[in-house]
Amino acid sequence: MMFAHEIAEQVRTGKRSARAVIEESLARADAVQAELNAFISIPRAAALAAADAIDKKIANGEDPGVLAGVPVVVKDNICTKGIRTTAGSKSLEHFVPPYNATVIERLQAAGAVVVAKANLDEFGMGSSNENSAYGPARNPWDASRVPGGSSGGSAVAVSSGVAPIALGTDTGGSVRQPAAFNGIIGYKPTYGRLSRYGVIAFASSLDQVGVLARSSKDIALVMDVMAGHDEHDATSIPEDKPQFLASLNAADLAGIKIGLVTELSGEGNTEGVLAAISRTKDLLSRLGAQVGEVSLPNAPYGIATYYLVAPAEASANLARYDGMVYSTRIGENALGQAEVMMKSRGATLGPEVRRRILMGTYALSSGYYDAYYGKALKVRRLIANDLEKAFSEFDFVLTPTTPTAAYKLGEKSSDPLAMYLDDIDTVLANLAGIAAVSVPAGKAEEGMPCGVQFLAPAMQDEKLIRLLSALELAQGETFAPLSPFKG
Amino acid sequence: MYEPVIGLEIHLAMKTKSKMFCACPADSFGQEANSSTCPVCLGLPGSLPTINYEAIEKALMFSLALNCQVPDITQFHRKNYYYPDSPYNYQISQFDKPVGEHGFIDLSNGRKIGITRCHVENDAGRSVHPAYANYSLVDLNRAGAPLIEMVTEPDLRDPEDAREFLQKVRAIAQALGVSDANPEEGKMRADVNVSVRLPGEPFGTKVEVKNLNSFKSVQRSLEHEIKRQSRILEDGGSIKQATLGWDEGGQKTYLMRTKEEAADYRYFPEPDLPPMQIGQNWLEAIKAKTPELPDLKLARYLAAGIREYDAQILAFDHQLASFLDEVLKHYSEDAQAVANWLNGDITGYLNAEAKPLQTTSLSPEALAKLLKLIDTNTISGKIAKDILPELMQGADPEKLIAERGLSQVTDSSEIEALIESVLAENPELVERVKANPKAINALLGQVMKASKGKANPEIVRSALSKKLAI
Repeated sequence: MMFAHEIAEQVRTGKRSARAVIEESLARADAVQAELNAFISIPRAAALAAADAIDKKIANGEDPGVLAGVPVVVKDNICTKGIRTTAGSKSLEHFVPPYNATVIERLQAAGAVVVAKANLDEFGMGSSNENSAYGPARNPWDASRVPGGSSGGSAVAVSSGVAPIALGTDTGGSVRQPAAFNGIIGYKPTYGRLSRYGVIAFASSLDQVGVLARSSKDIALVMDVMAGHDEHDATSIPEDKPQFLASLNAADLAGIKIGLVTELSGEGNTEGVLAAISRTKDLLSRLGAQVGEVSLPNAPYGIATYYLVAPAEASANLARYDGMVYSTRIGENALGQAEVMMKSRGATLGPEVRRRILMGTYALSSGYYDAYYGKALKVRRLIANDLEKAFSEFDFVLTPTTPTAAYKLGEKSSDPLAMYLDDIDTVLANLAGIAAVSVPAGKAEEGMPCGVQFLAPAMQDEKLIRLLSALELAQGETFAPLSPFKG
Repeated sequence: MYEPVIGLEIHLAMKTKSKMFCACPADSFGQEANSSTCPVCLGLPGSLPTINYEAIEKALMFSLALNCQVPDITQFHRKNYYYPDSPYNYQISQFDKPVGEHGFIDLSNGRKIGITRCHVENDAGRSVHPAYANYSLVDLNRAGAPLIEMVTEPDLRDPEDAREFLQKVRAIAQALGVSDANPEEGKMRADVNVSVRLPGEPFGTKVEVKNLNSFKSVQRSLEHEIKRQSRILEDGGSIKQATLGWDEGGQKTYLMRTKEEAADYRYFPEPDLPPMQIGQNWLEAIKAKTPELPDLKLARYLAAGIREYDAQILAFDHQLASFLDEVLKHYSEDAQAVANWLNGDITGYLNAEAKPLQTTSLSPEALAKLLKLIDTNTISGKIAKDILPELMQGADPEKLIAERGLSQVTDSSEIEALIESVLAENPELVERVKANPKAINALLGQVMKASKGKANPEIVRSALSKKLAI
């Protein structure tokens, strides 16, 4: 699979038809689906029709858009008009949105084609893709391992060459962690840079659409298309003028200061992950950056804070899946509405989702609010303050993306707490609303890829992608290779 | 003698172009079920609310008119509860940062009624329960329509005060264009809290009466509850905290539910809607475009010479007041005369026809003309009253009078002739009046009748007196 900017170039200049590109992508999707269960839907007819429409535009001499014919895989919690969107939940197994998410609207207007809806942990709740009602996706580097989550299917799609670009959503690391597990780039923009309209909410104050890709230029290309204010999202940044492509291709990193977070770069990480951090430091220094150490004293409280804020918001966001509208209603009408709602929710929401709804409901309950949710909001502020202070000294903050590389299916699924702790590096960016990117950093244990994470201050996304492009240029072909998955 | 303690909770359907959090029309009255909807008010997965600033502005204007303190920052919260006609299973409402707090309204008897808070929220849909069906239907046309909820302090002490309070709230809402505030159309809904106590004692246990759809039912339900609670206490019983309904037919309250455990709505800040900064500039702009409030209207009417009783009625009835102001533009000679017509015959007509003023075709110009015609003795007050129904249907008084020859007869020779014939036809009556001059009205009536009401009664009276030498 070529890069998005290469495909668009070929399609726009007539070297290749959009139909040929999309047919190839769909064929690859089928092969990947057969072994890795990366997708929940493959909307073949709609994708081919979209490709034909682009070819027709080109034949008519019309501008087909900067992403003409680029296949894109979309996480199945992002609404696609006329294409079933399940959020990985049985409660939405029959939901066909009558509208497009704003990011989809903008991608399609630029000529991108949705080839598959990617598997995910139900409503984005999970880090291994094992919480999907449609079965787990598998890691293309080793099918006995998890692809990470919750945007597992999206990461598999890019890493195994179904599409150069996939959209995920990142509430506590759900784009960056699977990117690290698959050896690709996972970028979570500053909160508010990508519209959440049409993105099925998990935790509204943390959710952000993110991009999985294998090149900084591809990320810049789609970000310039998708970013910018959306009047349908009150948390969308006003008067946002994305300038990603214009910010690329840093030859060196002279004058750039990078702070490695002491609290997150020692104990708790595997040897392989620590080695990746060490390699990254060397590379940064070679490119002229100054690498120092920085302390985020409240970072260790990130997990506790995140697992109060996110479930609390989720408890309200998911209240609507009550069997009245979307899913199969469980129980006779005669039972009364409350009983039917309870039975329906119990039957159509998975165990992890139910656990988080219970935690969130508890955290918001009268008498507990101040001790849990209220306290969490205060610590959230402290974490943001820590980061602000770090950014007064450093341009970027560096951490591992995850403490380990991808683990085996089933290895952690019986221990939710162990699974939650894996989010320790990633939740900080969501709590603070800042930009973050997971950058491929070679292999950790047992030949599995891992990643390192750079955090940037809010609205410094372009600068962050510029840093990414410097690392990419320095590593050439060895940066973000496709997985060995043959299919 | 027990004293009632009354508090009100009032919902007003706001008059805005679109719903509170989406672009669907706010008023879907008469529309096909679920036609006035979009992904946002249907609560479709992925949809997001956005704030209707027209609604916020109107709510701020209303809060200021109720003498509320308006905060620097106002914010929405989610109020969690499950109900089939609530598409999100939470309501987007306000909690600790409402648009207004600590306001008051002065009643005509000088009592000051505290207003705890005013906040903005979205309405739910409507559940429809078809007869004999084992299912219910939901219509979400109303879902997401903007509401103001206002809550009073327990400052009311009298059902009549409660009614006056509601009238004032309605008048303010209407004058500002914030709400049609029409209880019959569900644009204004009130719940009451009422308890009784012996004067000087602490508050008694209160009950809530819900879903009162007219000011009269508020007053009646309060009167009923006060009697009921007083009787129970007099008999040595105690009041149980409960939610009651009002039986309009039986004119009595009935038990809906006894108070369960306090509901836990798990309010938390609405993460989809950032808090709003209300700058001084915005408030000044709102104040500048606030229409005249009923209290100021009252002062103006009193200054124009309208009696207090009439001025009160007019100032606190938005339709009558707007009409009066229009009439006064064309006829400023005698404001009290306009008031008499509005509060007398016109109100009488409207009550008899059971329609509001604005649905009739009476124009302010027509009423002004009518008053001028009376002042110039062109027609009598009697004729004016007679033709009012036609004016209410849009007739022009001048044309009507010309067409029907209704002009008043002031020519003394014509009147003289009428008197002659009436006297000739009623010799017995003439004798009676001569014996008792106070009976002159009987003869006057005969003459007026003979003139078909067109003779000027004052001229007739003096001519008669002269003629009979009484």
